[in-house]
Amino acid sequence: MSEPLLKVRGLKIGATVYPPGEKPHDIDIVHGVDFDLQPGKVLGLIGESGAGKSTIGLASMAYGRGGVKITGGEVWVNGRDIMKSDHGDIRKLRGGEVTYVSQSAAASFNPAKKIIDQVVEAAVEQKKFSRKDAEDRARVLFEKLGLPDPQNIGDRYPHQVSGGQLQRCMTALALCPEPDLVVFDEPTTALDVTTQIDVLMAIKEAIRDTGVAALYITHDLAVVAQVSDDIMVLRMGNTVEYGTVDQIINNPQEEYTQALVSVRSIEHEEKEPKGDPVLSVRNITARYKGTQFDVLHNVNVDLYPGQTLAVVGESGSGKSTLARVITGLLPPREGEIEFAGRILSPDLAGRSREDLRELQMIYQMADVAMNPRQTVGTIIGRPLEFYFGMKGAEKRQRIIELLDEIELGEDFIDRYPAELSGGQKQRVCIARSLAAKPKMIICDEVTSALDPLVADGILKLLLELQKIEDVAFLFITHDLATVKAISDNIAVMYQGKVQRYGGKTKVLSPPFDDYTDLLLSSVPEMRLGWLEDVIANRKMESAGN
Amino acid sequence: MPLIIKLLAQRIALGLILLLFVSGLIFAGTMILPGDVAQSILGQSATPEALANLRAELGLNDPPLQRYIQWLGGAMTGDLGTALTSGADITESIGKRLSNTLFLAFWAAIIAVPLAIFLGLLAVRFKDRWPDKMISAVTLASISIPEFLIGYVLMYLIAVKLRWFPSVAMINDGMSLGEKLGAIALPVTVLTLVVLAHMMRMTRAAILNVMQSAYIETAELKGLNGFQVIFRHAFPNAIAPIVNVVMLNLAYLVVGVVVIEVVFVYPGMGQYLVDHVSKRDVPVVQACGLIFAAVYIGLNMTADIVAILSNPRLRHPK
Repeated sequence: MSEPLLKVRGLKIGATVYPPGEKPHDIDIVHGVDFDLQPGKVLGLIGESGAGKSTIGLASMAYGRGGVKITGGEVWVNGRDIMKSDHGDIRKLRGGEVTYVSQSAAASFNPAKKIIDQVVEAAVEQKKFSRKDAEDRARVLFEKLGLPDPQNIGDRYPHQVSGGQLQRCMTALALCPEPDLVVFDEPTTALDVTTQIDVLMAIKEAIRDTGVAALYITHDLAVVAQVSDDIMVLRMGNTVEYGTVDQIINNPQEEYTQALVSVRSIEHEEKEPKGDPVLSVRNITARYKGTQFDVLHNVNVDLYPGQTLAVVGESGSGKSTLARVITGLLPPREGEIEFAGRILSPDLAGRSREDLRELQMIYQMADVAMNPRQTVGTIIGRPLEFYFGMKGAEKRQRIIELLDEIELGEDFIDRYPAELSGGQKQRVCIARSLAAKPKMIICDEVTSALDPLVADGILKLLLELQKIEDVAFLFITHDLATVKAISDNIAVMYQGKVQRYGGKTKVLSPPFDDYTDLLLSSVPEMRLGWLEDVIANRKMESAGN
Repeated sequence: MPLIIKLLAQRIALGLILLLFVSGLIFAGTMILPGDVAQSILGQSATPEALANLRAELGLNDPPLQRYIQWLGGAMTGDLGTALTSGADITESIGKRLSNTLFLAFWAAIIAVPLAIFLGLLAVRFKDRWPDKMISAVTLASISIPEFLIGYVLMYLIAVKLRWFPSVAMINDGMSLGEKLGAIALPVTVLTLVVLAHMMRMTRAAILNVMQSAYIETAELKGLNGFQVIFRHAFPNAIAPIVNVVMLNLAYLVVGVVVIEVVFVYPGMGQYLVDHVSKRDVPVVQACGLIFAAVYIGLNMTADIVAILSNPRLRHPK
């Protein structure tokens, strides 16, 4: 075996933290990790947030975010220990030998500069290419990555192209200086599934054609299985399992890896609609103030008591706008909302306190949906006071009951949101909405910001609570696996219209309309070769047409 | 119509409306000042007939609105009236004074603005290290000491002890540019010290804010060095707040230099205004007020326009 391109031995990474009210102290983020990466190979680093995967990726460029620094071990790139390199050598390494593709291309491109200037900058600065050669190379890469109008797209500014296109531009930026290694840090996580599949294929082909090696960092095992040769599973800064992609996916040894492989296996029997709907959305057409086009066109859906209606769609499909119309934040242009047998005022200001109590909402970002200066007890107690006038021991008793329901327990009552994990925060938000004893809860992407295993826990909890409290959920999500897990009815939205609507089994069974087919086939599956199969199928279909 | 044109037109229209409003305020303010102009011109011993004649001659008996419209109409056509005390044409005497004030402000700005921005960038590059701390300490000290005190101290040290520059900043048409610059060296230095800290600290804060962005990390991971990252990637995104504070300080250099002009006996607008306030010469005070307001509003409007133009989303719509 030849000398590895990247050799990591006993890598330890630490950071100084400044917790409020405590003395600053050092913590360890990564506790000794070893791996080798051969030229032209792809190693997938997988784990939940806090596993240290991005930190390890950036360490291969001798870079630490914030106060993060490498505290021990060796990192060899091209036979050089970069821990012992001086500033000049490290600058040559960054952008020359090793380049980086971040999760959010939208944030990682400078809004004030043209795309082409940013794509060629490293190649020119590192004196790998002349400006003209670098631009020619960038255009070739734009074409290879499937960007429209590859000759001229570089003259645009970042805000003038779509998110998926910008993510491909970021890949071009990383490949332009002909690096030996590219660190891909969750490059498709922020994209819609139908966009993700194209970008994923573009990245895979670019890696194959240029012969570059890559570290592919993601929390999504199904995605990493499509592009990697080897996979390393990380948890809280330790290696859990390290092997070939085939071994990790098909024969995981460790319990944690097995859990990751089998995640999203929640089964939920579709319930038959019973009684009158708790919510009827009728002929809703809506647009935002000051705009000229409708974002919702004649939307009709029903939600039955104690059931879950999943509204699924990609960004821009109008699913969150529908939630704004139902909650009264955006009065519709046409149509009406019937809720619990009465017609709701289109405007929030016209709704009674009872309307507000019976229709609650849970949000995607639990951190920003809570006041950081209030304790969990105050947060959950507020609706008890507001809607039921509860005080003192009675209120406390009810708070404890609710904490038990969300599986947290009494000792959480005096904690602040900053002391909770992401999943715990979302649980507190669920308890707060349940405190109002609602008939219906709108769940807006409530699991999207959470790690898969934590998200699974939240979904199980929601199903459990639905049984106990007999509450209906309007579940807004872009994630089809979540939809399969939790829903009774499904509405697929596309460009402001309900594309497909009905019971779960019916919606998810063929024959499909074109869009639903595209959406369903784009969800990554946990098996090798899935990506190639889908692309091949689509090519055959388009050839057949 | 493209959004950017609409925004610019709105901003300019708003500036003009604001100026109109301020002109009304200036006129009303000088109206309600106590005392009678005719009385102060003719003195305590004037006869009632003489006072009445003078009032009629000055138009003081006309309704205020009519006088305001006449005054505004004149001001818009470049006629600011005549000074009560000297009978001189105000436009003519202000023109000379204003150009002197602008001359002083221009040279102070030429030195202070680039210096402040350069020091701000330097402070960012060496954030929390000794150059940053020294720049902060020196500029803060210079803004904290009253400007007249700095003026007198410099006058004593440089003009009296070292005899490098004159202590009195008198300039006239007969002087060459070099002689003029020598004459205003001291007031320019004092003005620079006064406005430096504000601009430098805002530049530092604005760029540090941008330095938190993800695209700065991208730039660092391209192997660029510290100054390249700051100049190429941070500065273009910090232009709007920097221009804002620069314009505020330029406005100060024009309208806030009264103290410095008095200290150095410089024949600018400030001196002129102070003289005529003490003589209760209302038309001159109104004219000065209007010009100062126009400068202030104009410069702030420029800052807003630059901010709009520096936004790539507005400059290059989808």
